[in-house]
Amino acid sequence: MVVAVVQFGGSNCDRDAVRALSHVGVDAERVWHADGLPDDVDGVVLPGGFSYGDYLRAGAMAARAPVMDEVRAAAADGVPVLGVCNGAQVGCEAGLVPGAFTTNAGARFRCERVHVRVERADTPFTRAYEEGDVLDLPIAHGEGRFEAGDETYSRLVADDRVIFRYCDADGTVGAANPNGSRGAVAGLLGDEPSVAVLMPHPERATLPRLSSGDGAGVLRAFAP
Amino acid sequence: MTTYTATVTVRLKRGVLDPEADTTRRALERLGFELQGLRSADRFEVDLEADSAAAARDRADEMAERLLANPTVHDYEVAVAER
Repeated sequence: MVVAVVQFGGSNCDRDAVRALSHVGVDAERVWHADGLPDDVDGVVLPGGFSYGDYLRAGAMAARAPVMDEVRAAAADGVPVLGVCNGAQVGCEAGLVPGAFTTNAGARFRCERVHVRVERADTPFTRAYEEGDVLDLPIAHGEGRFEAGDETYSRLVADDRVIFRYCDADGTVGAANPNGSRGAVAGLLGDEPSVAVLMPHPERATLPRLSSGDGAGVLRAFAP
Repeated sequence: MTTYTATVTVRLKRGVLDPEADTTRRALERLGFELQGLRSADRFEVDLEADSAAAARDRADEMAERLLANPTVHDYEVAVAER
């Protein structure tokens, strides 16, 4: 059981992800993208950061790296794939997940703790929670506004693929929306149900004494 | 083979929020300029060799489709000129 945390040039949450995964009992290692995924890979994390300086669009370059073909194939085989922050942007740019994460509505970089509501608890990434739980998670992004065309968004909602929505401390969805995301979407499932992406950082809220601890449940998707 | 420059202009689809343009517009207004609106776009000038202008355009189109534009939020156009 090994989870590959794929490191691109400019990734900077890869070590945090490995430590947080270890904390929840998951054997994880950093993998340089050009080296490809290990043969026995049991999970993939696309970590946060600023891959390739966010040139062109956040995640655009990393999404076209050859390793993403391997990630796509792994996901099709049912290997869980989680994209966090820049990893979420990479996931969208790579077409693993519909829509796009683009410039925050307020045009500002937002680095703060936010609340998200668990919209579904029957996915590997949310099974540690109950539907309706309110999590306290950190965000740190300038391009986190979820955008999708009308047709795509309707399909996402109809297929129940939104797993986290921004909310206030009481769980009221839409009462807080730090980046202006459509439908207050903070995290969603990919075209393969083994894929999920989210803009908040669960790995920064997993270790004891770091933030809320609320993020550990997301990483437990990889626990045996 | 002829050398062409393909100019690929990538802009946000109508209706997609453009916080960068809004911020720029406000900054222009702070400088005392009067304006009714402002849109921003990215322009890529790609020098390439091809058998014909049509072939150059096709290649630039594919570049836009595969990397330069994101179809969720962008429209793009390609113009080709001989260098």
